[in-house]
Amino acid sequence: MSTSTESATPRKKSNVNAMRLFERYALILVWFLLIAGFSIAMPESFLRWGNFSILFASYAPAALLALAIIIPLTSGDYDLAVGATMTLSSCMIAVLNSWMDVSIELSILLALLGGLAVGLFHALFIVYFRIHSLVVTLGSTSLISGVVQWFTNSSTIGGIDNALIMWVVGGRLFGVPYAFYYAFAAAIVLWYVFDFTPLGRRLLFVGRGREVARLNGIPVEKMRVGALVASSVVAALAGVLYAGVLGSADPYSGLNYLLPAFAAAFLGSTTIMPGRFNPWGTIVAVYFLGTGITGLTMFGIPLWVTNVFNGGALILAVTISQLTRGREASDIG
Amino acid sequence: MTTEQISARNDRVASTQTPPTLRLENISKTFRATRALDSVSLTIEPGEVHGLLGTNGSGKSTLIKVLAGFHAPDPGGSMQFNGRDVPLPLDPSTFRRLGMSFVHQNLGLVPSLTVLENLRLSQIALGKGRRINWRKERAAAQETLDRYDVDVEQWRRIDELSAVNRALIAIIRAFEEIREECERTGEPGLVLLDEPTPFLPKEGVDRLFQLMRQIADHGSAVTFISHDIDEVMEITDRVTILRDGKVSGEIETRDASRDQMIEMIIGRSLASAAPPVHVARKFEPMARLKGLSGAGIPTCDITVGKGEILGLTGLIGSGYDKIPYLVFGADPAHSGEMTLDDGKHFDLRTMTPAASIAENIALLPGDRDTKSGVGNMKVFENMLLPDIGGYVQGGFLRNGQMRREAKALGERFEVRPNDPELNLGNLSGGNAQKVLIARWLKREPRLLLLDEPTQGVDVGTRANIFKAVKEAAAKGMSVICASSDAEQLAELCDRVLVFARGRIVDELAGSQVDKDNITQACYSSLGTAEGRAQDAAGQDKGTP
Repeated sequence: MSTSTESATPRKKSNVNAMRLFERYALILVWFLLIAGFSIAMPESFLRWGNFSILFASYAPAALLALAIIIPLTSGDYDLAVGATMTLSSCMIAVLNSWMDVSIELSILLALLGGLAVGLFHALFIVYFRIHSLVVTLGSTSLISGVVQWFTNSSTIGGIDNALIMWVVGGRLFGVPYAFYYAFAAAIVLWYVFDFTPLGRRLLFVGRGREVARLNGIPVEKMRVGALVASSVVAALAGVLYAGVLGSADPYSGLNYLLPAFAAAFLGSTTIMPGRFNPWGTIVAVYFLGTGITGLTMFGIPLWVTNVFNGGALILAVTISQLTRGREASDIG
Repeated sequence: MTTEQISARNDRVASTQTPPTLRLENISKTFRATRALDSVSLTIEPGEVHGLLGTNGSGKSTLIKVLAGFHAPDPGGSMQFNGRDVPLPLDPSTFRRLGMSFVHQNLGLVPSLTVLENLRLSQIALGKGRRINWRKERAAAQETLDRYDVDVEQWRRIDELSAVNRALIAIIRAFEEIREECERTGEPGLVLLDEPTPFLPKEGVDRLFQLMRQIADHGSAVTFISHDIDEVMEITDRVTILRDGKVSGEIETRDASRDQMIEMIIGRSLASAAPPVHVARKFEPMARLKGLSGAGIPTCDITVGKGEILGLTGLIGSGYDKIPYLVFGADPAHSGEMTLDDGKHFDLRTMTPAASIAENIALLPGDRDTKSGVGNMKVFENMLLPDIGGYVQGGFLRNGQMRREAKALGERFEVRPNDPELNLGNLSGGNAQKVLIARWLKREPRLLLLDEPTQGVDVGTRANIFKAVKEAAAKGMSVICASSDAEQLAELCDRVLVFARGRIVDELAGSQVDKDNITQACYSSLGTAEGRAQDAAGQDKGTP
């Protein structure tokens, strides 16, 4: 700004850039440190490819769920119902395919349509009736969970067509089960949309300045409807993946996934593109949390520690990210 | 202000042996690569009204934020309050204990709470007792309102009040806070007003100045931060001027001339100090608005010519500022049609921002933070928002191309610092406004709608913006500019329409367009509007 300080500027700037670079990749670094730590502690059991390949497959539904969440988060709405939508989808597949003998392809299609319907239901109340998204999706979580318990008789259903299991975990590419690549593909699609299309940029403007977006000719309401529907459909896809990974569906599983998925979404927004919800950060965060939980479980640490780890990692990461930015206002929220 | 008053105050200031209320030395603040404050020293004496002047980006806001404990200054500076050292960085809660209070531009009121709750916010929220004694609080609030003679029901919600009353409430709350503190300690306090006047009409400003004097005469100090040199000349005793993060001058107001101050603010004298002479010109009509009505606008017809800059003005509440939004489709019109020079015809009831942009009509809203730009998005994203669809090649958004384009536009519109990667919120108000005006002028719109385009913008930036708008108009762009600032309108406009109660009551064109004429027309408009409103009411009764 002032001319006299210009000589000092380049060095300062490179410091700033180094800091920014560190912020971008800090989570990946911590992830590798975590892997290194567990590997040193348990060289026999932890550092095996089989272990990682299970990790990659079993966290694929969670990754997809976290990707679902960041779509409406970018446009400024919360979708707390992704967990319930995932359960709805996996249970629909199980009931239709296993109990009612509907073909697996049609079951999947109907499950995805179920997700679409949930998304439109949310959009109706959030965008048309202007009710806060937290309220609507909190309500619909309970509503959907209830309906799922009704049509599954609150029981776990097995016996899903083996074809689905084959599609999801039946084979490996580079030693990693297919399931992972579905989540990976979804991240690529989202990356493309968020970073390389005007649509993604407009979505971000809708989330950060709704009135600004409207006055610049962006169809704000359509964008929000689209984001909510996309989130529910991707959550339904996560349900398909979940049914494929486990070969069964239980009506209580989805809720356990909700909080880790949100943790991953927010944790992911502190890395790769700090300050924005971004798909690669989200994927890194999901597998970072997954690695931590897998390692701790192998240590024989009791189950409650996983919850502590999820929550603690989220709060810690967001705090560190905030501290590196000084007292500057947070970009998110 | 009379001469006796001035000399009386000067005697007091001169004879006082008490330490200065606030003494800052060597305060610097570096943001990443930007030096926002560079060894700033500042002394504010008890009993004086001290002006703080400077362009956008000169460091005024940063200095205030350091005092409010929002920014931690770079090490090496010192601060004394009433002669006692205060450790830096300040804790956000310290300033109140010292006897400092702030009125920020956004006023810091809670819109959904009542006047009573806002006035007694700190006592109610931070009170020691377990129970709120509402009877006592009500009495205290009423006493406050009466003391400053503000006629507002204390059970009203803040969002029901007019802008003027809202500002007055915020300001008397700040005054009250330090008054209590000073009575307790017996030492002078300090009130900082950060540009409280842009939203106020002249009467409101006068009212505020009265209040400021009241406080200063109590022995406390008042710091007044403003862009309006005339206001600063009128109310302050002494002025400190910041430029590029440094103190560029400190001057006794009575010794200074307006030109001197301008020179210290912008570092050069303004070429256009003499108002331009307006020649009445003829314009081909470009857009005709017929039967336009909306909230607060009964009905009006406006025609703007091709290449013409048309000003809309009036007193606060007269509705002139609503017109740009109704035309653009940002606010719903009750009726009205627009015909453009190419024969296109629009029903303004169904107009949308998207349709307006498609017709290459542009709107730059007055509320920069919530309507115009997004602070936590990057400069290039904000600048190219309406055109973003045009940067796709081979299915990919060309971010690099957008950055280069934004950089070039930043050069052209003199955005400082010209870094498209920065968040818009990191720029000063004036530079953010340049970014946003570049957004629209880049598109070479046929019709540019402006609402208070230079609100919160310094003199130098204002000249830049006006130059850009005039150049575009000379090439055939039509402009409708709503503003409450007569001086700006006189500088910019070919023709000015004066509103009162939602109706056009006067039209000034050619040589009539000057500051005094416009101001006069605004005030004399009240009588005529009342007359006409009564006529209209009479006519309404006659029709079924």
